[in-house]
Amino acid sequence: MTTSPMIEIRNVDKNFGTFRALDTLNATIGEGEFFSLLGPSGCGKTTLLRMIGGFDDPSSGEILIGGRSMAGIPPNLRPTNMVFQSYAIFPHLNVAENIAYGLKRLRLGRAEEEKRVKEALDQVELSELGPRMGNQLSGGQRQRVALARALVMRPKVLLLDEPLSALDKNLREQMQVELRHLQRQIGITFVLVTHDQYEALSMSDRIAVMFGGQIAQIAEPKEIYQNPATRQVADFLGGMNFLTSSHLSVNGKNFAATLPGIGDITGHLAGKTISDPAKAIIGIRPERLRIVWEGETADPIVTGKVADRNYFGEVTSLAVNIEGQNQHLSIVETNDFGADDIPVGSDIRITYDRDAFIVMQG
Amino acid sequence: MRFLPSPRRLLAVYVILYVAILYFPVLLLPVFSFNDSATPKLPLVGFTFRWYESLAGNAAMQGAAWNSLIVGVSAAVLSTVLGICAARAITRHRFRGKGPASALIMAPLILPEIIIAISLLVVLLGLGLQLSLVTVILGHLLICLPYSVTVLVSGFEGFDPSMEEASRDLGETSFGTLRRVTLPMLAPSIVSSLLVTFTISLDEFILAFFLSGTEPTLPVYIWGQLRFAAKLPNVLSLGSILIAASLVLLTAAEIFRRRAERKMELRP
Repeated sequence: MTTSPMIEIRNVDKNFGTFRALDTLNATIGEGEFFSLLGPSGCGKTTLLRMIGGFDDPSSGEILIGGRSMAGIPPNLRPTNMVFQSYAIFPHLNVAENIAYGLKRLRLGRAEEEKRVKEALDQVELSELGPRMGNQLSGGQRQRVALARALVMRPKVLLLDEPLSALDKNLREQMQVELRHLQRQIGITFVLVTHDQYEALSMSDRIAVMFGGQIAQIAEPKEIYQNPATRQVADFLGGMNFLTSSHLSVNGKNFAATLPGIGDITGHLAGKTISDPAKAIIGIRPERLRIVWEGETADPIVTGKVADRNYFGEVTSLAVNIEGQNQHLSIVETNDFGADDIPVGSDIRITYDRDAFIVMQG
Repeated sequence: MRFLPSPRRLLAVYVILYVAILYFPVLLLPVFSFNDSATPKLPLVGFTFRWYESLAGNAAMQGAAWNSLIVGVSAAVLSTVLGICAARAITRHRFRGKGPASALIMAPLILPEIIIAISLLVVLLGLGLQLSLVTVILGHLLICLPYSVTVLVSGFEGFDPSMEEASRDLGETSFGTLRRVTLPMLAPSIVSSLLVTFTISLDEFILAFFLSGTEPTLPVYIWGQLRFAAKLPNVLSLGSILIAASLVLLTAAEIFRRRAERKMELRP
């Protein structure tokens, strides 16, 4: 990150009784960054978000926002605002009153307050809905009101707790684009909690992937997807073929291995250190494998039999048994050339990009 | 088979009988209160307002009614305020001794009222306190609190805790959050609590009898009047007024509660 840090998380632990919910977290989130906390439910991502907002205290360690320690500072005095998962729209107030809720305490004067509310309504394209009561809104509208209500406070950091998970798929995808645009336009730091890897990949500048209260990897989306630090990260972000090799060797910035039924392969370590090659694991994404059709030639070639086929509309996923090996390969192929018509049980030839293999500590 | 009534009709007959047995005696009250006879018995003799008229000049009865009103309103308000605090603690916080504390609040529900009355009397006299309306209010507070807490706990459970968090997040203080979010959202439960506890206090007899000293509440006064057969028609007319008043109160409160509840409902 080239920008200055906005949020610094330093050795943060959280214990609930004997349960360690967060374990020595360290992260720095930059000013104006769109940062996502990604992980399965129960990984601690929401707990960390709530700590940044001031709704939970770390058991040890500290959180700084804008260089100031937030220890003991309640939510109402922090430069953060939150979009709650349930949206928490006040049902006894109308949309405009919901948005003006926080402004009331600032005593801006009536004209300024009305101007800001109107701006916020325009920003989320709800200009007509000001007088509508909070309990008469659709899910998408409530999401927008929650967003406007937080942004109108002009926070330095906007916290979003799974803001799109309650929306249907089309609306969710539309809101992903809109949220990203909005963040670029106003330029403040967004911290998003999500368990949806595509949401995190498509929206974020950087992602922290969390498992069991620990951060497994912090990197840009492309890096996370193409070069996952651990097997868990690789598994959580889309499909991955995991292959074991008895002959893995590390040489400078590269590694080499012999994969049964596939052959000798090499790859870049891409900045990783493999402390124990015996426990390392090789991976290749299913879309980096391609079918070699009748009459085509390719090198290298792996032969096998189709064991299973699953149709997903634009793509088909095939499970292939490598000839003479007890090893499955999963392939994702677009349906342009008829991958959806390959019969289960037929012979198949596969090729791969030579630079597509990655190595992970298991 | 076809001569047997259907289960539906049996159920209807059962409901009619049930309601009749429950409410018939109550309906007799206003009927006899307009009957021009000193004894409540059939056949009816003639229509009269005189039992109501003599109530109007009865200072002792009016004093008792006033006492009941003071006790009822005070007990209802105190019980609801304390109930809000207790219900919030029970639903929103985890703390040591929460189970025993809520059990203790609920205990008066199952304790025999006469035992509570005697114990309170012993303690209050032991402390050297004069029996007065204040002691009745304290006694009623004890038996009203479980109802308030029950109603208000379900009120708190009915709304998302992140509403209060959102308020804090938007810069409001704890007290401001209570005023601007918690209380408005709890309004239906608060009305229910006030109504239930007022009603309980209004017709409570045993505690009032033991603790009221020289200031009788309405039930204590009525009980006193029953010793004189000639006063019975007066009691009937007083009872009729009470029934009418509670019907009006219940209807008004229910209308208000429903309106408030409709405002809270989520209509996606």
